[in-house]
Amino acid sequence: MSLLHLAIIAPFILAIFVPSLHKALPKIHTGWFLLPLPIVLFSYFLSFLPQIIRGEITMETLNWIPSLGINFSARVDGLGLLFSLLITGIGALVVLYSIYYLSKEKEKLNQFYVYLLLFMGAMLGVVLSDNMVVLYGFWELTSFSSFLLIGYWNHRERSRYGAQKSMLITVFGGLSMLGGMILLYLMTGTFSISETIAMAATIYGHELFIPALICILLGAFTKSAQFPFHIWLPDAMEAPTPVSAYLHSATMVKAGIYLVARLTPVFALSGLWVWLVAGFGILTLFWGSFSAVKHNDLKGILAYSTISQLGLIMSLLGLGAAAIHYPAVEAGFYTVAVSAAVFHLINHATFKGSLFMMVGIVDHETGTRDIRKLGGLMSIMPITFTIAVIGSFSMAGLPPFNGFLSKEMFFTGMIRAQEIGFFNMETLGLIFPIVAWVASVFTFLYSMIIVFKTFTGKYQPEKLEVKPHEAPLGMLISPIILVSLVVVIGLFPNIVAPLINSVMASILPSLVAEGMKFDVHIYHWHGFTPELFMTIGVIVVGILLYKFMPRWTGIYNRMPEKFSLNSAYDNGLAGIQKGANRFTNAYMTNSIRTYLLYIFTFLILSLGTTLIVKNAFVLDTANVANIHAFELVLVIIIAIGSVSILFVKSRMTSIILLGSVGYAVSLFYAIFRAPDLALTQLVIETVSVALFLLAFYHLPKVNKNEEHMRFKMGNAVISIGVGVVVSLIALSAHSSKAFDSISQYYIENTYKKAGGENMVNVILVDFRGFDTLFEIAVLAIAALGIFSLIKLRLTRGKEQG
Amino acid sequence: MKTNNLILQTATKVLVFIILLFSVYMFFAGHYEPGGGFIGGLMASGAIVLLLIAYDIKTVRKILPFNFIKVTATGLLFSAGTSAGALFFDKPLLTHWFTYVHPPLLGKMSLHTAVLFDTGVFLVVVGVTMTIIQTIGESE
Repeated sequence: MSLLHLAIIAPFILAIFVPSLHKALPKIHTGWFLLPLPIVLFSYFLSFLPQIIRGEITMETLNWIPSLGINFSARVDGLGLLFSLLITGIGALVVLYSIYYLSKEKEKLNQFYVYLLLFMGAMLGVVLSDNMVVLYGFWELTSFSSFLLIGYWNHRERSRYGAQKSMLITVFGGLSMLGGMILLYLMTGTFSISETIAMAATIYGHELFIPALICILLGAFTKSAQFPFHIWLPDAMEAPTPVSAYLHSATMVKAGIYLVARLTPVFALSGLWVWLVAGFGILTLFWGSFSAVKHNDLKGILAYSTISQLGLIMSLLGLGAAAIHYPAVEAGFYTVAVSAAVFHLINHATFKGSLFMMVGIVDHETGTRDIRKLGGLMSIMPITFTIAVIGSFSMAGLPPFNGFLSKEMFFTGMIRAQEIGFFNMETLGLIFPIVAWVASVFTFLYSMIIVFKTFTGKYQPEKLEVKPHEAPLGMLISPIILVSLVVVIGLFPNIVAPLINSVMASILPSLVAEGMKFDVHIYHWHGFTPELFMTIGVIVVGILLYKFMPRWTGIYNRMPEKFSLNSAYDNGLAGIQKGANRFTNAYMTNSIRTYLLYIFTFLILSLGTTLIVKNAFVLDTANVANIHAFELVLVIIIAIGSVSILFVKSRMTSIILLGSVGYAVSLFYAIFRAPDLALTQLVIETVSVALFLLAFYHLPKVNKNEEHMRFKMGNAVISIGVGVVVSLIALSAHSSKAFDSISQYYIENTYKKAGGENMVNVILVDFRGFDTLFEIAVLAIAALGIFSLIKLRLTRGKEQG
Repeated sequence: MKTNNLILQTATKVLVFIILLFSVYMFFAGHYEPGGGFIGGLMASGAIVLLLIAYDIKTVRKILPFNFIKVTATGLLFSAGTSAGALFFDKPLLTHWFTYVHPPLLGKMSLHTAVLFDTGVFLVVVGVTMTIIQTIGESE
């Protein structure tokens, strides 16, 4: 096991000890025990940075199931490292923040931190695994730990609802992703991602390519909350705020982005991939930003804003994938989309994390997150206000923050989409910049709502549960660090450029020639370009819309609740349950007669169809013995006995008729020269008739009205059908004997080898004594069963009596 | 209500022994003639049932103070033990052994381990039928 593997599983190891630490040292907030781990991991991953920038990739393999090609191989390249740094870095800040956010006395901290560590380890596993099966395992573990964290306050109904919803949606996607990975395996014969990428060209023509692509994208879209699977994310806001900041803005929701980026080299040859990723991304971007505006809950706004920003990154990745179709020199013109995606990924993690923490502080200090109750907090909470301003302005894409830069690059990427000469982009590509611009207007709008509705306007202390004041310093440290990053990256964007270059090398490996590197430079001022005018337009229109908000927000009410995706999900879920219930109730009638009907119908259908399809019916009379008068008489007796059972009124009569059939059968044995069988049949028939009579005698008095069996057409048809099918099979089987009987052996050896003359008995106790041994065991079990049934019933009767 | 069962009871006293004898005959004849452990066991329990009808459960319990569940268990042990016995002689399970002997008076006779196996069957059948009949008879 290498150090890298240890780094991935370190959170799991620590998670084992958290409960005992919590119990042993209750005075210390459990979060302090955690804090060193992400810091150490962050520094460890930071140490990879120089070699990654040089273009060296670290790969460590730990055998797990080598025979199936499933090994725990960890691979650090630019993309994996970027995500690892985000996970551990923001992880450390979130742990620090949660120490002040969650109360030591009121909360079950041991559970919280165990879940959080599980999540952190799982997420590291996702981004560093090179083996798809291992990646899938960690992937589901993130869904699972996220489920636990969303439902952390499990006494709340909304928390449980949100946890279930996110679980159902992400696990649905996860399973489909597993399907996609298995399809990839069928095409390539390897689970290794890097080997799959090397085989991209051969996969492209394969017939399983499209199904694999769609399955993988389903996984990525559900995890990253893309339209129409975004509905779980707003409900996941029931989680404690540190969780929302960590999972639902910075890390887990980016797992889908990671997957898309990671598999871009495999799938980007297909136009379908470009269109699906870019199309759903841009749709999500617009829908998320449009829906965010109508919310009153700060976390609700941030949830939809996360959705929309994820859509933005996704659409950039989709368009950037088209660059693969160009020779390296020309492609540089289009790769800007990918560099914008990576850059915005970093930026989003910084400002969204800080915004969530800011909202948590507001919630913590005022007791509400409803913007209708908040207002005028600027002078009371100046530091929080500053954080909010920087975060929101960066999100809106205003200079001099980092959001401005990535938004400009985003516009550049979108405008260049039209010029891509593939996949109908020349004509349809125009929709990308237009939708992107409209979505940016709404992004600007909700960013302003967050800042100004919360911190300016009228101060309404009577609506607040707590008297607001500035948060403690410990709570402020993490968001301050994050907004400082926002500012620093905003002012000196090129400090992250080397990292972006190496990430791009992972996403578009085919464009990096030997010894060459991507060379991204981010400038604040790039002249009077269309992007600049688009940004100015966004700001102007955004301000106008904000000013006249009450006049136009009525359009949100126009949309009937009935057609929303949430109610579609709710109704769908309820409908599935109701449908399944109805279906089960329809055929599980609790009546044994119905089940017997099913069994017999199935018997007739399966055997009958086999007979017909295989054309198996044969009738061969060559092998048939002569019929004697005695046999004919016995058959008539048996037939009369069996048929009259159906028509007699009294039960007593039917029992006696049954007996007569049994005795006739024993006569049959006698004339067919089976004296042992005849004897046994005679005695057994006597005993069973006696038992029948006994059971009959004990029937309850109430329902004893003796009447004819009622005639039911269906029953008659099915019973005749069973009889006919079985007879046909018996006739065919007798007519087509494949080989001679083995009885000759017994005839020859009964005396010679077993020292007996009664062949039946010798077979029973000697040749095939094994069967007899277990038949007497069956008898013994039956006797014990009857004994315990009756004796237990007696004792229970005594207890009741 | 008291009925006089004198004829039945007297006849039973004679018949039970004849039936039992017949069942023993059936049992021992099994390897050469129709019969064997199963039908022998059924006959023997038939004799006991006749006793039950002529007298009553308590009396029969006094005459035959067996726990028939234990009889069943003994029978199973007998059969399983005979089957496993072959293992001690390095033979597969259920390998039987037989030989012919010539004791005075009786003439030629065969000794066969299958008889031991059949004894188990006999005991199990007696035990099972009697357990069932007694249990049902005693319940109210």
